[in-house]
This record gives sequence, C-alpha cells and structure tokens, in this order.
Amino acid sequence: MEAVQVKHPALKYYQPGSGGDPTLWCSGCGIGQVWHFTVRAMEELELDPDKVVWVGGSGCTGRMCTYWNHDLMHTLHGRPLGFATGIKLANPELTVICHMGDGETSAIGGNHLIQSARRNVDVVAICNNNFNYGMTGGQFSPTTPLGGITKTSPSGHREGSFDLCELVKAAGATYVARWTTTHPRQSINAIKKAIQNKGFSFVEIVSQCPTHYGRNNRLGDGPAMMKLQKEMSVRVGQAADMSREELQDKLVIGEFANTQRPEYGEILRSFWPEGEEGDNA
Amino acid sequence: MEKRLLTGIHLWQGNEACAEGALAAGLTLFAGYPITPATEISERLSARLPAVGGTFVQGADELDSLTIVIGAVWGGARAMTATSGNGICLMQENIGYACITETPMVVVDCQRAGPATGAATKTMQGDFYTVRYGSNADYAIIALAPSSPQEMFDLTIEAFNLSEQYRVPTFVMADEAIAHMRERVVVPEHVEAFPRRKPTVPPDQFVPWRADPETMVPEMAHFGEGYRMPVPGLTHGEDGRPSASYQVHSAMVRRLVDKVESRADQIARYEALFLDDAEIVVIAYGSVARSAERAVRDLRDEGVKVGFLRLITLWPFPDALVRHAVGKARKVVVAEMSVGKLVREVERALAGAAVVKLFPKLGISLHTPREILSFVREVA
Repeated sequence: MEAVQVKHPALKYYQPGSGGDPTLWCSGCGIGQVWHFTVRAMEELELDPDKVVWVGGSGCTGRMCTYWNHDLMHTLHGRPLGFATGIKLANPELTVICHMGDGETSAIGGNHLIQSARRNVDVVAICNNNFNYGMTGGQFSPTTPLGGITKTSPSGHREGSFDLCELVKAAGATYVARWTTTHPRQSINAIKKAIQNKGFSFVEIVSQCPTHYGRNNRLGDGPAMMKLQKEMSVRVGQAADMSREELQDKLVIGEFANTQRPEYGEILRSFWPEGEEGDNA
Repeated sequence: MEKRLLTGIHLWQGNEACAEGALAAGLTLFAGYPITPATEISERLSARLPAVGGTFVQGADELDSLTIVIGAVWGGARAMTATSGNGICLMQENIGYACITETPMVVVDCQRAGPATGAATKTMQGDFYTVRYGSNADYAIIALAPSSPQEMFDLTIEAFNLSEQYRVPTFVMADEAIAHMRERVVVPEHVEAFPRRKPTVPPDQFVPWRADPETMVPEMAHFGEGYRMPVPGLTHGEDGRPSASYQVHSAMVRRLVDKVESRADQIARYEALFLDDAEIVVIAYGSVARSAERAVRDLRDEGVKVGFLRLITLWPFPDALVRHAVGKARKVVVAEMSVGKLVREVERALAGAAVVKLFPKLGISLHTPREILSFVREVA
C-alpha cells in the first residue's frame, strides 16, 4: 500500500528556525491552535499574506509572530498594539494582527488595549487567555480566577479578575468576541469578522496551559482542560438570563460587540487637504 | 496643500523651529505626549502635519507614542517624537527596541530640571547620559545639541539624515532655554534628505539583517513590500530569527555599537574659536555654550589666551575632536548644567593631557557670561 503524505495546510505559512522544533510551546498548549485559527481565517478570506503583518510581544503567545513567514514585528512585552497602530497609520492597506497573552493584554499592556479600543484603530487583537504567565513559569495575571493557584498565588488567588471582552467593549471596540480552543470553527469565524471589521477588533480565545495553570490547579492535561472549557461555556444569549451566582465559574462565549463607528486612521486622514494623497511615502 | 518648507526668514521659538525642521526633513508621522517644555512641538505639528498630508498622534503616554513612531517607520513613515524629563525615562525601553531593530527615527529631548518632575518649566542638562545609556545592555545612539532656534531647525534635519544613514535613533538634545527661546530662523529654499536604505535586490535574494561590510548598516524593507521582513526584538542573526548563541549575539551587539561609535569622527559636529594659541579651552554645549562663547570673546578682548569648543555632536562622544581641539592647552574648563557628566567624557578623552576643571550649575538658572568669565580667570 502506498503511503499518503498529507501536509498540514498551515505549514506553508510556518517559519522554521524560530526556536524550538517545531515550536517552543509545550505539549497540549493551546497557542498552536490559535496560530492555526489565524492562518485559517486569513486563508478563507483569501488575504494576500504579503499584506498581512503579525505583531507580537513577549511571552509564549508573543512568540506566535516569529513562526509567521511573512512580515512580522516581534516587539516589547505589552506593547504590540502601539506598534500595530503605527504600522496601520503609516500603511492603511495592511492587515495588522496582534497576538498577545492575557498578562500582556491586560496588565502591562492594559493602557494600549483600552486606548486602541477608544481610538477604534483598525487592528486585530487576539488574546490567548490561559489565565497565567506561562513563559515565566505560571504566575497570576489579571484574568486569573479567584482562588486560582499559581506560582505567585500558592494559596489561591485573592484579587478580582478582568472580563476582557466587557472591558474593551466599554472602551469602544467595535468587534468583540470570546471563544475557546474547544470552538475552532467559531474562533476562525470570529477572527475572520475581526479582520473584516473596519475598526478595533478584539477576539479572546480561552486556552489551556496544562504545564502551569492546569498542573497547579489539577485540571489535567491539554485535552482534559479543553473538555472543561467546553463544559464551562455559556452562550452570551443564555448568560443574559442567568444570575451572577449562576455565572460564577462559567465562561461566557460569543459575540459581545459588532458595531460601526469611524476608524481612527480615517478620522486622522479626514483632516488631510482635499483631493491630495498626502506624501506618506 | 500647505507648504512643507516655509522658505524665508522667521521669528520662531526653538520648538517651532524644531517642528518646521522635521517637516523640512520629510516627517510624515509624529506621536508625542504633552510634556513641558516640549509641548509646543506637538502643538505646532498637530496643525501643520495634517495640512501637508501627514499624521499627528497624541499618544496616551510616552510608551504609546514611541511604539507608534517605531511601528510607523516600519510601515514606511519618517517619524519623530518629542519629550522631556520624565518622558525620556519612560521611552527608554522603546529606545532599546529601536536600536536592536535599527529603526531610523528622531527623538527630541528638551531637557528640564530634575530628577523626577523636578522644576518642569526650567532648564538643565542632566540627560547627557540618559539618552546614551538609559536602556538596558549595550547599544549606541547619536545625539546632537542645538544652541539656538536656528539649530533647532538645522539639527532636526541633520538628526533625520543621520538616523537614516546609520539606521539608529537620533536625539535632538535641546534644553528648555533653547526650546523656548525666540530668535531669527532662516529656512532655505531646498533641504537635502538622506534617503532610506531600501533593498537593492529582489525579495528572493534579500537577507534582512545582513549589513553592508563598508557601512555596517543593513538595507531596510518596509512591511507590505513582499520582502517578508522579520523585525525582531530578540537577539538575531542575518536571517532575523531568534538566537541565543554567543557568536550571533556578540556579532549583533558589536555591529550595533560599532556602526555608530567607530564613525565618531564623521558624525562629529562642532564649533571652535581661538584654539590655535589657546592655553585654556572652554568646552560647553546647548544653552550654556552661548554664555561660554560670550565669556571667551570677552576674555580674548582682555588678552587671555582662551579658546572655545562647542560640542554639537554629544554622542558618539567625539574623543579625537576633543583631544585635537585641546591640543597643547594646559587647562580645560567644562561648563555644564549638571553635577558633572560632560566633564567625565572630556576627562576620559583627554586621559590626563590637560587639567580639567568643572564649572557646574544645577539647572533652573543659566550660567551667565560673567560667571564663566570669572571662573576661567581664576583657573587661568
């Protein structure tokens, strides 16, 4: 019988030699899935990859852009959205996609996040939320749930956590959605909508970190954590009829915003002299 | 469309001249956060830049501003920010990133009295080392210090050109006195801009971080041009991929430093007076140099054999220039508005060849010509 060689469809976008073999992510980690969701969304939209820039910062999720084999900017911890804003303003024809971890998005990068949402700059922000800082060994982040055990909350997390989707929605983002790695089709569709949205788009993908958050909280391996994510998920519509108590320990998934308002770059360019192209060359 | 270059004679504040210099140099995006005494640069560009088809951004803070500037450069812009005091501290992480990614851009630092918030509306020269060594680990930058509104215009253009030539963040190191001083500024009919070092080969032959052996500077592809450009904040080799090897790291750091430091002679800009027979040389920069020059001229009138060296390029520090300028003079006076920073570099460069005396004032109040004159007389 002849062996059939099947190449992973995402491989043509994969850049080898960027650390680890094939990546530096642990077995069972959800980041590779988010990477795949992103290229699938781009492919389904038939985007020219030469016109797509991936921007990342530091941390496990921050390394996603280094495996993208077209234009990429591997920036500073927490700051991808600032760099992305600059890229988009200088060249509006580019699609700019940022991948950020939960700590990067909402702790050190929290101001960039809300300012980007307020400006409604046409950038796609994808947050891989695995409830802790993975690359530094599993410390708590602003999304770590109450009671969650991490390396810096050994007897259970005592601080409140952000609902990132509600946060960016309140700040003015025009497309906001949350899914989990257990929802690949929905995640891909959300990223497609985010790319198509003319304005600031935020897609949170709840993801498993079996090495740290999973192990510290005895949640099992990658597949077990994914199963748990599915069990904890409640649709936005359903959640509207549930009490705060009922929603405790639940993940509300779905679309939180899908609206229109003027985009930042368009607003800025509207002050340019009429009939002139400008000379941003 | 409004004109970019306002050819003619103007009465401009230093900060206004700086904004106009940036426009003359081809600025297409400015991002900055309001901070005294640099704010007028933002204010002027918020009106002038959109009128010539450029982008003005008020950042949410200095980190936001500089990330936008750096991102914009990779998107194809000529970009700048302006700041002071606390703001230059907040920018340091991004300055290191701009150095490792060899991003051409201009940072205007209108120095003010500190530390911390200090006396925000008053002048000082305390950031001499902050712009050079403020970010972590090893790198190099260029810094030019204007002494007049005319130089705020001229040196902003020069800063853009040097930043493109060496692909390195370049500072216009003004101080509050120069930033807020109003003087005659002459704008020429034409300004020469050093072009970006774009790829000279097609994408399939392009090695993104391979430096030209002569200039030590690589070519730069913008995003969206099909060059699959990796812009890495991590240690990287010629292919731009992450590496933690000693060889790759040391070669990268060595080049980032050497491409600037080994060209100190070419980058050195200065003004010299009465050095030929000088027995004592006064060295100063920025606003202090104005008082120093007056004092030196007055002392010459009295018959004192004193010379004057005004440093315009502060970084890379022009060691050879300082040694040559001091020549056979026995004594050197360094006048600066800090407890003594420039003086350390002068001492290092001279390595004992002359006695170096520091005349410090700690900001807020400028050295007067009379004070410098008296100090030099005592030393002489």
